Amino acid sequence: MNHWLTAPILIPLLGGILQALMGYAPIRLRRTLALATTTLLLVSALVLLAMASDGSHRLYAFGNWQPPFGIVLVLDRLSALMLVLTAVLALFCHLFSIGGADEGNRQFHGLFLFQLMGLNMAFLTGDLFNLFVAFEVLLIASYGLLMHGGGTLRTVPGLHYVVLNLVGSALFLISVGLIYSVTGTLNMADLALKIPHIDGESLNLVKAGGMMLLVVFGLKAAVLPLCFWLPRAYARATAPVAALFAVMTKVGIYAILRVYPLIFGDSAGALANLGMHWLFPLALATLVMGVIGALGAQSLKTLVAWQVIISVGTLLAPIALGSQASLSAALFYLLSTTWTVAGLFLLADLVASQRGSARDTVVTAPPMHNRTLLSVLFLVGAVAAVGLPPLSGFFGKVLILKSVTPGPEMAWLWGVLLVGSFFSLIAYARAGSIVFWRTVSGHIEDTRPLKARTATATGALLALSIVIVALAGPIAQYTDATAAQLKDRDAYLDILQTPVVGEDD
Amino acid sequence: MELVFALIIGTLTASGVYLLLRARTFPVVVGLTLISYAVNLFLFATGRLSTGAQPVIGSADTYADPLPQALVLTAIVIGFAMTAFVVVLSLRNLADNEDDHVDGHQGSRIPQPKSEEVPRQ
Repeated sequence: MNHWLTAPILIPLLGGILQALMGYAPIRLRRTLALATTTLLLVSALVLLAMASDGSHRLYAFGNWQPPFGIVLVLDRLSALMLVLTAVLALFCHLFSIGGADEGNRQFHGLFLFQLMGLNMAFLTGDLFNLFVAFEVLLIASYGLLMHGGGTLRTVPGLHYVVLNLVGSALFLISVGLIYSVTGTLNMADLALKIPHIDGESLNLVKAGGMMLLVVFGLKAAVLPLCFWLPRAYARATAPVAALFAVMTKVGIYAILRVYPLIFGDSAGALANLGMHWLFPLALATLVMGVIGALGAQSLKTLVAWQVIISVGTLLAPIALGSQASLSAALFYLLSTTWTVAGLFLLADLVASQRGSARDTVVTAPPMHNRTLLSVLFLVGAVAAVGLPPLSGFFGKVLILKSVTPGPEMAWLWGVLLVGSFFSLIAYARAGSIVFWRTVSGHIEDTRPLKARTATATGALLALSIVIVALAGPIAQYTDATAAQLKDRDAYLDILQTPVVGEDD
Repeated sequence: MELVFALIIGTLTASGVYLLLRARTFPVVVGLTLISYAVNLFLFATGRLSTGAQPVIGSADTYADPLPQALVLTAIVIGFAMTAFVVVLSLRNLADNEDDHVDGHQGSRIPQPKSEEVPRQ
């Protein structure tokens, strides 16, 4: 039992409740408290990262019920990595939103914190139904955040997003029910123990449940046939919300990484590596779709939204292959791409604020204000996103390419990833040269001045891709260890033996 | 009992999916509600159907699995909140677009370019 594990859930929960109660307090006070909550969350995530880096699984059992009874939180390297990734992202998004995007809705900070609570709960839980509850918590907060900023533009994509996710939730419940009806448990470690011993007719029920679960996670992650809701919804969300949503697709990827290697891994008997041979071609098709979308994007925000889909494809292809090296490479790229994409969303909003009525559309317009700063930031973001040296996206992609063993998969992955990167380079070059270089005479009327706070948040998020390069050694070591831990199914199963009653450490 | 139960779940799901594919938000909301009913019944059945059994061990000879009942309770609460939200959102869609089409406009009408999507010059 380790009570620290509840901190990343409790901190945003209490902070969010506080925000909900003081909707009419002065905005300065609300902002200070909200920022303090996010900072505290980052501290707790870093503490958990330090704890998890010794490689053991830590357990928190709610109500002190011996697992597999009751709900457990499990901390391992992967959870800690996701917690830190989210907390860092959230801090910068929060900083950006305080620059003015949080006005107009008294509950913005409350929703933001509840969203973080749902995310952290999803990353920590060791129970399949609790994962569903976490998804619902983060989804209902995200519905509110997506609508933030008002305007008729957001209603229709918001409606599509909500209806799709409600159908996804129904599918999630059906698959959980199918799996429970055969195994009689929802604890992930216990499921991993019981699934290999299933045979006969029940096998097909579990198989159906497992495949439907993959569909649900695929919807969250925006895999190809289920990705068309994303660009419109993300491109129209307020900038800090869109940037925070960069981690939402990663929740689906996290869920696949957590559930499939553990429960349907190599040692799952008849159900070993369930669905992974479907996932690989779908991931590559997602990548291609993302590149096509990026080439056709008419505004910077839409371009970045398609970049989210490109990164989903790039991440899921090595995960579907499932070797230890490819999991490690995917985790390294996950870190890089999430922060870069979020930074680009924030940057697109800054560009839009400096171009008058042209906003962030890819059209020629009079020269914008603060062009040097913004164009340099765009260069950094685009280089990191496309994967050109020397920034972090390059190292992520090289690790992914190196991790594949020779064979038909290698040919497909190398071909699609390299050609896709080339075409996304063209998309960024086209957008960048039209927006930043090609200008017509005239001047921009009524621009908002560039605020130091929002510019700093954007710059810092994009500069993280340089930090990742500087710390590439330690980060790669950590992701290697994480992948090894993910592959070591027996170590995870030991949490069932952890004594809870009367234990105190 | 099993056959009736399965038929009810099947009918609810089929009607729900049909309504979900309609173009107006009101049938879509009703479809979502029907699907959530079907899902709740389905979850309930995962503990196996039994009559006259309490979900408490020791009080009778047979007992029902209590966990699906707890899961259904959670799913009902969440489903209810989500339905309320989607109803409000549909009303907002109706007010904003003066139309309750799920895309905000009739399919036959040519969609107007939104202000964020200025056509390329």
